[in-house]
Amino acid sequence: MDYPSKLIEEAVAQISKLPGIGKKTALRLVLHLIREKEESTFALTEALNKLRSGIQFCSQCHNISDAEVCSICVSHKRDRSTVCVVENTNDVMAIENTSQYRGLYHVLGGVISPINGIGPSELKIESLLNRLNHGQSEVKELILALSPTMEGDTTSFYIHRRIKDFPVKVSVIARGIPVGGDLEYADEITLGRSIIGRTLFN
Amino acid sequence: MNFKNYEELALEFPSRINFLLGLNGSGKTNLLEAIYYLSTTKSFSNSSDTQNIRYGADYFFIRGFFTNTNKRSEVFCQIQSGRKKVFQENSRDYEKISDHIGKYPVVLISPLDVDLVKESSEARRKFFDQMIAQIDHSYLNALLEYHHALKQRNALLKLFAENNSIDYDIIDLYDQQMARSGGVIYQKRKAFVAEFLPIFNASYNLLVDNREEATLAYASELESAEFEAGLKSSIKKDLILQRTTFGVHRDDYVFGFAHGELKRLGSQGQQKSFLVAIKLAQVEVIKSHLGFSPILLLDDIFDKLDDTRIARLLRIISGADYGQSFITDAGPERTQAMVNELEIDCDIFSVEKGSIQFSSIK
Repeated sequence: MDYPSKLIEEAVAQISKLPGIGKKTALRLVLHLIREKEESTFALTEALNKLRSGIQFCSQCHNISDAEVCSICVSHKRDRSTVCVVENTNDVMAIENTSQYRGLYHVLGGVISPINGIGPSELKIESLLNRLNHGQSEVKELILALSPTMEGDTTSFYIHRRIKDFPVKVSVIARGIPVGGDLEYADEITLGRSIIGRTLFN
Repeated sequence: MNFKNYEELALEFPSRINFLLGLNGSGKTNLLEAIYYLSTTKSFSNSSDTQNIRYGADYFFIRGFFTNTNKRSEVFCQIQSGRKKVFQENSRDYEKISDHIGKYPVVLISPLDVDLVKESSEARRKFFDQMIAQIDHSYLNALLEYHHALKQRNALLKLFAENNSIDYDIIDLYDQQMARSGGVIYQKRKAFVAEFLPIFNASYNLLVDNREEATLAYASELESAEFEAGLKSSIKKDLILQRTTFGVHRDDYVFGFAHGELKRLGSQGQQKSFLVAIKLAQVEVIKSHLGFSPILLLDDIFDKLDDTRIARLLRIISGADYGQSFITDAGPERTQAMVNELEIDCDIFSVEKGSIQFSSIK
Protein backbone atom coordinates (compact mmCIF):
# COMPACT_ATOMS: atom_id res chain seq x y z
CA MET A 1 0.00 0.00 0.00
CA ASP A 2 1.16 3.54 -0.71
CA TYR A 3 0.87 5.97 2.19
CA PRO A 4 0.66 9.74 1.73
CA SER A 5 3.28 10.27 4.44
CA LYS A 6 6.43 8.52 5.64
CA LEU A 7 5.33 9.22 9.23
CA ILE A 8 2.09 7.35 8.73
CA GLU A 9 3.94 4.45 7.13
CA GLU A 10 6.24 4.19 10.15
CA ALA A 11 3.39 4.34 12.66
CA VAL A 12 1.46 1.69 10.73
CA ALA A 13 4.53 -0.54 10.61
CA GLN A 14 4.93 -0.30 14.40
CA ILE A 15 1.28 -0.80 15.29
CA SER A 16 0.76 -3.70 12.91
CA LYS A 17 3.46 -5.62 14.80
CA LEU A 18 0.94 -6.05 17.63
CA PRO A 19 -0.89 -9.37 17.82
CA GLY A 20 -4.26 -9.46 16.06
CA ILE A 21 -3.65 -6.19 14.19
CA GLY A 22 -3.04 -6.14 10.47
CA LYS A 23 -1.99 -3.29 8.21
CA LYS A 24 -5.55 -2.09 7.55
CA THR A 25 -6.55 -1.96 11.21
CA ALA A 26 -3.27 -0.24 12.02
CA LEU A 27 -3.97 2.43 9.41
CA ARG A 28 -7.44 2.99 10.81
CA LEU A 29 -5.99 3.45 14.30
CA VAL A 30 -3.33 5.85 13.04
CA LEU A 31 -5.84 8.00 11.15
CA HIS A 32 -8.08 7.98 14.19
CA LEU A 33 -5.23 9.27 16.39
CA ILE A 34 -4.51 12.08 13.93
CA ARG A 35 -8.16 13.13 13.90
CA GLU A 36 -8.42 13.16 17.69
CA LYS A 37 -6.99 15.88 19.95
CA GLU A 38 -3.25 15.93 20.32
CA GLU A 39 -3.52 15.32 24.07
CA SER A 40 -5.14 11.95 23.67
CA THR A 41 -2.21 10.67 21.61
CA PHE A 42 0.27 11.97 24.16
CA ALA A 43 -1.76 10.40 26.97
CA LEU A 44 -1.48 7.10 25.12
CA THR A 45 2.27 7.33 24.55
CA GLU A 46 2.82 8.38 28.14
CA ALA A 47 0.80 5.44 29.42
CA LEU A 48 2.84 3.11 27.23
CA ASN A 49 6.12 4.64 28.37
CA LYS A 50 5.15 4.34 32.02
CA LEU A 51 3.97 0.79 31.45
CA ARG A 52 7.25 -0.21 29.88
CA SER A 53 9.57 1.43 32.39
CA GLY A 54 7.47 0.81 35.48
CA ILE A 55 6.33 -2.75 34.95
CA GLN A 56 7.71 -5.32 37.36
CA PHE A 57 7.51 -9.04 37.66
CA CYS A 58 6.96 -10.68 41.01
CA SER A 59 10.25 -12.10 42.25
CA GLN A 60 8.50 -15.26 43.43
CA CYS A 61 5.83 -16.21 40.90
CA HIS A 62 6.93 -13.98 37.96
CA ASN A 63 3.44 -12.64 37.48
CA ILE A 64 3.09 -9.00 36.47
CA SER A 65 3.16 -6.87 39.59
CA ASP A 66 3.33 -3.32 40.88
CA ALA A 67 5.69 -4.28 43.69
CA GLU A 68 8.68 -6.57 44.10
CA VAL A 69 6.39 -9.31 45.37
CA CYS A 70 2.89 -9.47 43.91
CA SER A 71 -0.35 -9.09 45.85
CA ILE A 72 -1.17 -12.79 45.58
CA CYS A 73 2.20 -13.93 46.88
CA VAL A 74 2.10 -11.56 49.91
CA SER A 75 -1.53 -12.29 50.80
CA HIS A 76 -2.14 -14.11 54.10
CA LYS A 77 -5.44 -15.40 52.82
CA ARG A 78 -3.85 -17.61 50.17
CA ASP A 79 -3.07 -21.28 50.68
CA ARG A 80 0.71 -21.40 50.51
CA SER A 81 0.89 -25.21 50.18
CA THR A 82 -0.44 -25.23 46.61
CA VAL A 83 1.24 -23.77 43.55
CA CYS A 84 -0.45 -23.62 40.17
CA VAL A 85 1.95 -23.60 37.20
CA VAL A 86 0.67 -21.54 34.25
CA GLU A 87 2.02 -20.24 30.98
CA ASN A 88 1.19 -16.52 31.17
CA THR A 89 -0.42 -13.71 33.14
CA ASN A 90 -3.60 -14.21 31.08
CA ASP A 91 -3.92 -17.65 32.59
CA VAL A 92 -3.55 -16.31 36.14
CA MET A 93 -6.33 -13.83 35.45
CA ALA A 94 -8.53 -16.55 33.94
CA ILE A 95 -8.08 -18.84 36.94
CA GLU A 96 -8.55 -15.96 39.40
CA ASN A 97 -11.87 -15.17 37.71
CA THR A 98 -13.14 -18.66 38.49
CA SER A 99 -12.89 -17.88 42.26
CA GLN A 100 -12.21 -21.59 42.69
CA TYR A 101 -8.55 -21.38 43.54
CA ARG A 102 -6.97 -20.01 46.71
CA GLY A 103 -3.37 -21.12 46.24
CA LEU A 104 -0.32 -19.44 44.72
CA TYR A 105 0.90 -19.32 41.14
CA HIS A 106 4.03 -19.79 39.15
CA VAL A 107 4.16 -18.10 35.74
CA LEU A 108 6.54 -19.84 33.32
CA GLY A 109 6.43 -17.16 30.65
CA GLY A 110 5.68 -19.61 27.84
CA VAL A 111 5.87 -23.28 26.96
CA ILE A 112 8.77 -25.25 25.58
CA SER A 113 8.88 -24.93 21.80
CA PRO A 114 12.34 -25.01 20.25
CA ILE A 115 10.85 -24.07 16.84
CA ASN A 116 10.05 -20.69 18.38
CA GLY A 117 13.42 -20.52 20.09
CA ILE A 118 12.09 -21.45 23.50
CA GLY A 119 13.99 -24.17 25.30
CA PRO A 120 13.62 -25.05 29.01
CA SER A 121 16.25 -22.48 29.97
CA GLU A 122 14.18 -19.66 28.47
CA LEU A 123 11.38 -20.35 30.96
CA LYS A 124 11.12 -19.86 34.73
CA ILE A 125 11.62 -23.54 35.45
CA GLU A 126 14.81 -23.31 37.51
CA SER A 127 13.10 -20.72 39.68
CA LEU A 128 10.22 -23.15 40.23
CA LEU A 129 12.70 -25.81 41.34
CA ASN A 130 14.26 -23.30 43.74
CA ARG A 131 10.85 -22.56 45.20
CA LEU A 132 10.32 -26.25 45.90
CA ASN A 133 13.88 -26.90 46.97
CA HIS A 134 13.93 -24.11 49.49
CA GLY A 135 14.71 -25.48 52.97
CA GLN A 136 11.38 -24.54 54.59
CA SER A 137 9.30 -24.93 51.42
CA GLU A 138 5.65 -25.20 52.36
CA VAL A 139 4.57 -26.42 48.93
CA LYS A 140 2.76 -29.76 49.08
CA GLU A 141 0.98 -29.79 45.76
CA LEU A 142 1.87 -28.54 42.31
CA ILE A 143 -0.97 -28.12 39.82
CA LEU A 144 0.12 -28.15 36.18
CA ALA A 145 -2.35 -25.92 34.32
CA LEU A 146 -0.83 -25.66 30.84
CA SER A 147 -2.65 -25.69 27.51
CA PRO A 148 -3.48 -29.22 26.29
CA THR A 149 -1.29 -28.85 23.20
CA MET A 150 1.77 -30.86 22.26
CA GLU A 151 3.97 -28.03 23.57
CA GLY A 152 1.99 -27.71 26.79
CA ASP A 153 2.16 -31.45 27.37
CA THR A 154 5.88 -31.54 26.65
CA THR A 155 6.42 -28.76 29.19
CA SER A 156 4.33 -30.62 31.80
CA PHE A 157 6.30 -33.82 31.24
CA TYR A 158 9.54 -31.90 31.49
CA ILE A 159 8.60 -30.23 34.79
CA HIS A 160 7.38 -33.53 36.16
CA ARG A 161 10.65 -35.15 35.24
CA ARG A 162 12.68 -32.43 36.94
CA ILE A 163 10.69 -32.49 40.20
CA LYS A 164 10.02 -36.18 40.54
CA ASP A 165 12.44 -36.45 43.50
CA PHE A 166 10.82 -33.64 45.48
CA PRO A 167 8.28 -34.60 48.15
CA VAL A 168 5.46 -32.82 46.39
CA LYS A 169 2.23 -34.08 44.89
CA VAL A 170 1.85 -33.24 41.19
CA SER A 171 -1.58 -32.92 39.65
CA VAL A 172 -2.77 -31.75 36.26
CA ILE A 173 -5.99 -29.90 35.43
CA ALA A 174 -8.76 -32.13 34.06
CA ARG A 175 -9.46 -32.12 30.37
CA GLY A 176 -12.79 -33.02 28.88
CA ILE A 177 -16.18 -31.78 27.84
CA PRO A 178 -16.90 -28.07 28.33
CA VAL A 179 -19.82 -27.24 30.60
CA GLY A 180 -22.94 -26.50 28.58
CA GLY A 181 -21.33 -28.17 25.54
CA ASP A 182 -22.92 -30.76 23.38
CA LEU A 183 -21.46 -34.26 23.63
CA GLU A 184 -21.90 -35.11 19.97
CA TYR A 185 -19.93 -32.05 18.88
CA ALA A 186 -16.90 -32.85 21.02
CA ASP A 187 -13.90 -34.08 19.04
CA GLU A 188 -12.86 -37.70 19.43
CA ILE A 189 -9.68 -37.01 21.37
CA THR A 190 -11.36 -34.77 23.93
CA LEU A 191 -14.28 -37.14 24.34
CA GLY A 192 -11.92 -40.12 24.60
CA ARG A 193 -9.87 -38.42 27.28
CA SER A 194 -12.94 -37.42 29.24
CA ILE A 195 -14.08 -41.05 29.27
CA ILE A 196 -10.68 -42.20 30.51
CA GLY A 197 -10.50 -39.37 33.07
CA ARG A 198 -14.09 -39.76 34.30
CA THR A 199 -14.79 -38.87 37.95
CA LEU A 200 -16.96 -40.49 40.57
CA PHE A 201 -20.49 -39.14 40.58
CA ASN A 202 -21.48 -37.41 43.79
CA MET B 1 -13.72 -21.79 -18.47
CA ASN B 2 -10.40 -19.92 -18.79
CA PHE B 3 -8.47 -22.96 -17.60
CA LYS B 4 -4.98 -23.10 -19.10
CA ASN B 5 -5.39 -22.86 -22.88
CA TYR B 6 -9.19 -23.36 -22.85
CA GLU B 7 -11.37 -20.30 -23.10
CA GLU B 8 -14.61 -22.17 -22.81
CA LEU B 9 -15.36 -25.81 -23.29
CA ALA B 10 -18.08 -28.27 -22.34
CA LEU B 11 -17.71 -31.98 -22.91
CA GLU B 12 -19.45 -35.18 -22.01
CA PHE B 13 -17.71 -38.49 -21.54
CA PRO B 14 -20.30 -41.24 -21.50
CA SER B 15 -17.82 -43.94 -22.49
CA ARG B 16 -15.51 -45.78 -20.21
CA ILE B 17 -12.42 -45.40 -22.38
CA ASN B 18 -11.66 -41.97 -23.80
CA PHE B 19 -8.77 -41.12 -26.07
CA LEU B 20 -7.60 -37.54 -26.45
CA LEU B 21 -5.48 -37.17 -29.54
CA GLY B 22 -3.65 -34.13 -30.75
CA LEU B 23 -0.31 -32.51 -31.41
CA ASN B 24 2.09 -31.36 -28.74
CA GLY B 25 0.89 -28.21 -27.03
CA SER B 26 -2.71 -28.62 -28.17
CA GLY B 27 -4.03 -29.03 -24.63
CA LYS B 28 -4.49 -32.78 -24.12
CA THR B 29 -2.78 -32.83 -20.77
CA ASN B 30 -4.64 -29.70 -19.69
CA LEU B 31 -7.88 -31.61 -20.00
CA LEU B 32 -6.54 -34.39 -17.79
CA GLU B 33 -5.42 -31.73 -15.39
CA ALA B 34 -8.93 -30.28 -15.18
CA ILE B 35 -10.23 -33.70 -14.12
CA TYR B 36 -7.33 -34.05 -11.70
CA TYR B 37 -8.21 -30.66 -10.21
CA LEU B 38 -11.77 -31.68 -9.46
CA SER B 39 -10.51 -34.78 -7.71
CA THR B 40 -7.54 -33.51 -5.77
CA THR B 41 -8.27 -29.74 -5.56
CA LYS B 42 -4.87 -29.00 -7.06
CA SER B 43 -2.85 -29.09 -10.23
CA PHE B 44 -0.26 -31.77 -10.91
CA SER B 45 2.11 -29.46 -12.76
CA ASN B 46 1.76 -26.01 -11.14
CA SER B 47 2.10 -25.49 -7.43
CA SER B 48 0.25 -22.19 -7.59
CA ASP B 49 -3.46 -22.20 -8.41
CA THR B 50 -3.42 -18.88 -10.24
CA GLN B 51 -0.80 -20.10 -12.71
CA ASN B 52 -3.52 -22.23 -14.28
CA ILE B 53 -5.58 -19.23 -15.30
CA ARG B 54 -5.66 -18.70 -19.07
CA TYR B 55 -3.27 -16.00 -20.20
CA GLY B 56 -5.02 -12.64 -20.14
CA ALA B 57 -7.93 -13.75 -17.94
CA ASP B 58 -8.17 -13.20 -14.18
CA TYR B 59 -10.09 -16.31 -13.14
CA PHE B 60 -10.87 -19.86 -14.16
CA PHE B 61 -13.49 -22.33 -13.15
CA ILE B 62 -14.02 -26.04 -13.71
CA ARG B 63 -17.32 -27.74 -13.18
CA GLY B 64 -17.61 -31.49 -13.36
CA PHE B 65 -20.45 -33.97 -12.99
CA PHE B 66 -19.53 -37.37 -11.61
CA THR B 67 -21.83 -40.32 -11.85
CA ASN B 68 -21.33 -43.32 -9.63
CA THR B 69 -23.95 -46.07 -9.50
CA ASN B 70 -26.85 -43.77 -10.32
CA LYS B 71 -25.69 -41.04 -7.97
CA ARG B 72 -24.78 -37.86 -9.79
CA SER B 73 -22.83 -35.12 -8.08
CA GLU B 74 -21.43 -31.82 -9.15
CA VAL B 75 -17.97 -30.60 -8.24
CA PHE B 76 -17.05 -26.99 -8.82
CA CYS B 77 -13.74 -25.21 -8.47
CA GLN B 78 -13.05 -21.55 -9.10
CA ILE B 79 -9.81 -19.65 -8.78
CA GLN B 80 -9.65 -15.91 -9.06
CA SER B 81 -6.44 -14.01 -8.49
CA GLY B 82 -6.49 -12.28 -5.13
CA ARG B 83 -9.54 -14.23 -3.94
CA LYS B 84 -10.02 -17.32 -1.86
CA LYS B 85 -10.29 -20.60 -3.73
CA VAL B 86 -13.88 -21.73 -4.16
CA PHE B 87 -14.45 -25.45 -4.00
CA GLN B 88 -17.93 -26.92 -3.81
CA GLU B 89 -19.67 -30.24 -3.97
CA ASN B 90 -23.30 -30.02 -5.09
CA SER B 91 -23.14 -26.22 -4.64
CA ARG B 92 -22.05 -26.49 -1.03
CA ASP B 93 -18.76 -25.18 0.33
CA TYR B 94 -16.45 -27.42 2.25
CA GLU B 95 -15.53 -26.62 5.83
CA LYS B 96 -12.02 -27.66 4.92
CA ILE B 97 -11.22 -28.02 1.24
CA SER B 98 -8.96 -30.96 2.08
CA ASP B 99 -12.09 -32.90 3.13
CA HIS B 100 -12.82 -33.28 -0.58
CA ILE B 101 -9.68 -35.25 -1.33
CA GLY B 102 -10.35 -38.94 -1.77
CA LYS B 103 -14.07 -38.66 -2.50
CA TYR B 104 -13.64 -38.78 -6.27
CA PRO B 105 -10.30 -40.55 -6.53
CA VAL B 106 -8.13 -40.43 -9.63
CA VAL B 107 -4.89 -42.19 -10.40
CA LEU B 108 -2.59 -40.36 -12.76
CA ILE B 109 0.04 -42.09 -14.87
CA SER B 110 2.26 -39.45 -16.39
CA PRO B 111 5.81 -38.80 -17.60
CA LEU B 112 6.38 -37.03 -14.26
CA ASP B 113 6.13 -40.39 -12.48
CA VAL B 114 9.72 -41.08 -13.31
CA ASP B 115 10.61 -38.72 -10.44
CA LEU B 116 9.48 -41.53 -8.17
CA VAL B 117 12.42 -43.59 -9.37
CA LYS B 118 14.96 -40.84 -9.94
CA GLU B 119 14.35 -38.45 -7.07
CA SER B 120 15.34 -38.83 -3.42
CA SER B 121 13.55 -41.10 -0.96
CA GLU B 122 11.29 -38.20 -0.04
CA ALA B 123 9.29 -38.55 -3.26
CA ARG B 124 8.73 -42.26 -2.62
CA ARG B 125 7.75 -41.73 1.02
CA LYS B 126 5.27 -39.06 -0.05
CA PHE B 127 3.70 -41.37 -2.64
CA PHE B 128 3.27 -44.25 -0.21
CA ASP B 129 2.24 -41.97 2.65
CA GLN B 130 -0.60 -40.63 0.53
CA MET B 131 -1.72 -44.13 -0.32
CA ILE B 132 -1.62 -45.36 3.26
CA ALA B 133 -3.30 -42.22 4.61
CA GLN B 134 -6.11 -42.73 2.12
CA ILE B 135 -7.03 -46.08 3.63
CA ASP B 136 -6.06 -45.36 7.24
CA HIS B 137 -6.89 -42.04 8.91
CA SER B 138 -4.91 -42.72 12.07
CA TYR B 139 -1.80 -42.98 9.91
CA LEU B 140 -2.07 -39.32 8.97
CA ASN B 141 -2.34 -38.31 12.62
CA ALA B 142 0.75 -40.32 13.47
CA LEU B 143 2.60 -38.67 10.58
CA LEU B 144 1.64 -35.16 11.69
CA GLU B 145 2.60 -35.90 15.28
CA TYR B 146 5.91 -37.42 14.24
CA HIS B 147 6.89 -34.53 12.02
CA HIS B 148 5.95 -32.03 14.68
CA ALA B 149 8.13 -33.77 17.26
CA LEU B 150 10.93 -34.11 14.69
CA LYS B 151 10.83 -30.40 13.90
CA GLN B 152 10.94 -29.54 17.61
CA ARG B 153 13.82 -31.95 18.20
CA ASN B 154 15.82 -30.51 15.29
CA ALA B 155 15.17 -26.96 16.49
CA LEU B 156 16.26 -28.04 19.97
CA LEU B 157 19.54 -29.42 18.61
CA LYS B 158 20.21 -26.02 17.00
CA LEU B 159 19.28 -24.26 20.24
CA PHE B 160 21.75 -26.43 22.15
CA ALA B 161 24.49 -25.51 19.70
CA GLU B 162 23.71 -21.79 20.01
CA ASN B 163 23.57 -21.85 23.81
CA ASN B 164 26.44 -24.26 24.13
CA SER B 165 24.54 -26.38 26.63
CA ILE B 166 22.71 -29.68 26.45
CA ASP B 167 19.63 -30.71 28.41
CA TYR B 168 19.16 -34.46 28.07
CA ASP B 169 15.84 -34.43 29.95
CA ILE B 170 14.11 -32.45 27.23
CA ILE B 171 15.68 -34.32 24.33
CA ASP B 172 14.46 -37.50 26.01
CA LEU B 173 10.87 -36.27 25.89
CA TYR B 174 11.05 -35.61 22.16
CA ASP B 175 12.65 -39.03 21.70
CA GLN B 176 9.66 -40.58 23.44
CA GLN B 177 7.20 -38.64 21.29
CA MET B 178 9.02 -39.62 18.10
CA ALA B 179 9.24 -43.23 19.19
CA ARG B 180 5.52 -43.35 19.95
CA SER B 181 4.25 -41.94 16.65
CA GLY B 182 7.23 -43.21 14.63
CA GLY B 183 6.64 -46.74 15.91
CA VAL B 184 3.09 -46.60 14.61
CA ILE B 185 4.31 -45.27 11.25
CA TYR B 186 6.90 -48.04 10.95
CA GLN B 187 4.38 -50.79 11.69
CA LYS B 188 1.83 -49.40 9.29
CA ARG B 189 4.32 -48.88 6.47
CA LYS B 190 5.63 -52.38 6.90
CA ALA B 191 2.17 -53.90 6.95
CA PHE B 192 1.16 -51.88 3.91
CA VAL B 193 4.13 -52.98 1.82
CA ALA B 194 3.45 -56.61 2.74
CA GLU B 195 -0.09 -56.14 1.50
CA PHE B 196 0.90 -54.10 -1.54
CA LEU B 197 3.64 -56.38 -2.84
CA PRO B 198 1.48 -59.24 -4.17
CA ILE B 199 -0.90 -56.73 -5.78
CA PHE B 200 2.04 -54.99 -7.40
CA ASN B 201 3.55 -58.27 -8.61
CA ALA B 202 0.25 -59.26 -10.15
CA SER B 203 -0.02 -55.92 -12.01
CA TYR B 204 3.55 -56.16 -13.15
CA ASN B 205 3.13 -59.67 -14.48
CA LEU B 206 0.01 -58.70 -16.39
CA LEU B 207 1.95 -55.89 -17.97
CA VAL B 208 5.21 -57.63 -18.84
CA ASP B 209 4.23 -61.28 -19.01
CA ASN B 210 6.46 -62.82 -16.36
CA ARG B 211 9.62 -62.48 -18.36
CA GLU B 212 11.05 -60.02 -15.93
CA GLU B 213 10.96 -59.88 -12.22
CA ALA B 214 10.32 -56.77 -10.14
CA THR B 215 10.83 -56.20 -6.45
CA LEU B 216 9.74 -53.54 -4.05
CA ALA B 217 11.14 -53.47 -0.54
CA TYR B 218 10.58 -51.28 2.48
CA ALA B 219 13.87 -50.12 3.96
CA SER B 220 13.89 -48.64 7.43
CA GLU B 221 16.52 -48.16 10.10
CA LEU B 222 13.91 -49.51 12.46
CA GLU B 223 14.55 -52.97 11.02
CA SER B 224 17.78 -53.19 12.98
CA ALA B 225 17.23 -50.98 16.00
CA GLU B 226 14.53 -50.18 18.51
CA PHE B 227 13.32 -46.59 18.11
CA GLU B 228 14.40 -44.89 21.32
CA ALA B 229 17.65 -46.84 21.45
CA GLY B 230 18.35 -45.78 17.87
CA LEU B 231 17.81 -42.12 18.72
CA LYS B 232 20.00 -42.44 21.81
CA SER B 233 22.85 -44.04 19.93
CA SER B 234 22.89 -41.35 17.25
CA ILE B 235 22.68 -38.40 19.65
CA LYS B 236 26.39 -37.53 19.39
CA LYS B 237 26.12 -37.29 15.62
CA ASP B 238 22.82 -35.41 15.90
CA LEU B 239 24.35 -32.78 18.17
CA ILE B 240 27.15 -32.13 15.70
CA LEU B 241 24.94 -32.07 12.60
CA GLN B 242 22.12 -30.28 14.46
CA ARG B 243 19.51 -32.57 12.99
CA THR B 244 18.02 -35.96 13.74
CA THR B 245 19.80 -38.73 11.85
CA PHE B 246 17.70 -41.69 12.92
CA GLY B 247 14.04 -42.41 12.35
CA VAL B 248 11.24 -43.16 9.93
CA HIS B 249 11.77 -39.81 8.17
CA ARG B 250 14.75 -41.56 6.57
CA ASP B 251 12.82 -44.61 5.36
CA ASP B 252 12.93 -45.58 1.73
CA TYR B 253 11.17 -47.92 -0.66
CA VAL B 254 13.67 -49.73 -2.84
CA PHE B 255 12.59 -50.51 -6.39
CA GLY B 256 14.48 -53.31 -8.05
CA PHE B 257 14.30 -55.84 -10.84
CA ALA B 258 16.14 -59.00 -11.80
CA HIS B 259 19.39 -57.19 -12.61
CA GLY B 260 19.57 -54.99 -9.53
CA GLU B 261 18.44 -51.55 -8.55
CA LEU B 262 15.94 -49.97 -10.92
CA LYS B 263 17.24 -46.45 -10.39
CA ARG B 264 20.75 -47.24 -11.57
CA LEU B 265 20.36 -50.19 -13.91
CA GLY B 266 16.86 -50.02 -15.32
CA SER B 267 16.31 -48.73 -18.84
CA GLN B 268 13.78 -45.94 -19.34
CA GLY B 269 11.30 -48.49 -20.64
CA GLN B 270 11.81 -50.75 -17.66
CA GLN B 271 11.38 -47.86 -15.25
CA LYS B 272 8.23 -46.83 -17.04
CA SER B 273 6.76 -50.36 -16.90
CA PHE B 274 7.58 -50.56 -13.23
CA LEU B 275 5.85 -47.25 -12.52
CA VAL B 276 2.78 -48.14 -14.55
CA ALA B 277 2.54 -51.37 -12.55
CA ILE B 278 2.79 -49.43 -9.28
CA LYS B 279 -0.02 -47.14 -10.39
CA LEU B 280 -2.17 -50.08 -11.46
CA ALA B 281 -1.57 -51.60 -8.04
CA GLN B 282 -2.65 -48.28 -6.53
CA VAL B 283 -5.88 -48.56 -8.49
CA GLU B 284 -6.42 -52.00 -6.93
CA VAL B 285 -5.74 -50.67 -3.42
CA ILE B 286 -8.26 -47.84 -3.85
CA LYS B 287 -10.75 -50.23 -5.40
CA SER B 288 -10.58 -52.73 -2.57
CA HIS B 289 -10.84 -49.94 -0.03
CA LEU B 290 -13.63 -47.84 -1.53
CA GLY B 291 -15.53 -50.53 -3.38
CA PHE B 292 -15.31 -48.66 -6.69
CA SER B 293 -12.63 -47.99 -9.21
CA PRO B 294 -10.90 -44.61 -9.43
CA ILE B 295 -10.73 -42.61 -12.65
CA LEU B 296 -7.52 -43.36 -14.48
CA LEU B 297 -5.65 -40.57 -16.24
CA LEU B 298 -2.97 -41.76 -18.63
CA ASP B 299 -0.81 -38.95 -19.92
CA ASP B 300 1.52 -39.76 -22.78
CA ILE B 301 2.05 -43.35 -21.70
CA PHE B 302 2.80 -44.48 -25.23
CA ASP B 303 6.10 -42.79 -24.92
CA LYS B 304 8.81 -45.29 -23.94
CA LEU B 305 6.56 -48.35 -23.71
CA ASP B 306 6.78 -50.92 -26.46
CA ASP B 307 3.72 -51.93 -28.48
CA THR B 308 3.22 -55.24 -26.68
CA ARG B 309 3.15 -53.56 -23.32
CA ILE B 310 0.84 -50.82 -24.52
CA ALA B 311 -1.53 -53.44 -25.87
CA ARG B 312 -1.41 -55.27 -22.55
CA LEU B 313 -2.01 -52.06 -20.62
CA LEU B 314 -5.00 -51.17 -22.79
CA ARG B 315 -6.41 -54.67 -22.28
CA ILE B 316 -6.02 -54.35 -18.52
CA ILE B 317 -7.73 -50.98 -18.26
CA SER B 318 -10.55 -51.91 -20.59
CA GLY B 319 -11.30 -54.88 -18.34
CA ALA B 320 -14.74 -54.93 -16.79
CA ASP B 321 -13.47 -54.22 -13.28
CA TYR B 322 -11.76 -50.96 -14.28
CA GLY B 323 -13.33 -47.52 -14.04
CA GLN B 324 -13.29 -44.69 -16.52
CA SER B 325 -10.02 -43.89 -18.29
CA PHE B 326 -8.73 -40.85 -20.12
CA ILE B 327 -5.75 -41.42 -22.36
CA THR B 328 -3.72 -38.82 -24.25
CA ASP B 329 -1.53 -39.52 -27.26
CA ALA B 330 0.29 -37.38 -29.78
CA GLY B 331 0.23 -40.06 -32.46
CA PRO B 332 -3.35 -40.47 -33.73
CA GLU B 333 -2.55 -43.20 -36.29
CA ARG B 334 -0.84 -45.40 -33.73
CA THR B 335 -3.77 -45.16 -31.33
CA GLN B 336 -6.32 -45.77 -34.07
CA ALA B 337 -4.46 -48.85 -35.23
CA MET B 338 -4.14 -50.19 -31.69
CA VAL B 339 -7.81 -49.58 -30.94
CA ASN B 340 -8.84 -51.36 -34.13
CA GLU B 341 -6.61 -54.30 -33.43
CA LEU B 342 -7.72 -54.75 -29.83
CA GLU B 343 -11.36 -53.98 -30.61
CA ILE B 344 -11.74 -51.66 -27.64
CA ASP B 345 -14.99 -49.79 -27.17
CA CYS B 346 -14.05 -46.18 -26.78
CA ASP B 347 -14.63 -42.55 -27.68
CA ILE B 348 -11.95 -40.67 -29.51
CA PHE B 349 -11.59 -36.91 -29.27
CA SER B 350 -9.26 -34.81 -31.30
CA VAL B 351 -7.71 -31.88 -29.51
CA GLU B 352 -6.63 -28.77 -31.37
CA LYS B 353 -5.45 -25.49 -29.82
CA GLY B 354 -8.02 -25.04 -27.10
CA SER B 355 -10.92 -26.83 -28.74
CA ILE B 356 -11.93 -30.45 -28.73
CA GLN B 357 -13.88 -32.31 -31.37
CA PHE B 358 -15.58 -35.59 -30.84
CA SER B 359 -14.19 -37.56 -33.72
CA SER B 360 -15.36 -41.13 -33.58
CA ILE B 361 -16.83 -43.94 -31.60
CA LYS B 362 -15.17 -47.21 -31.98
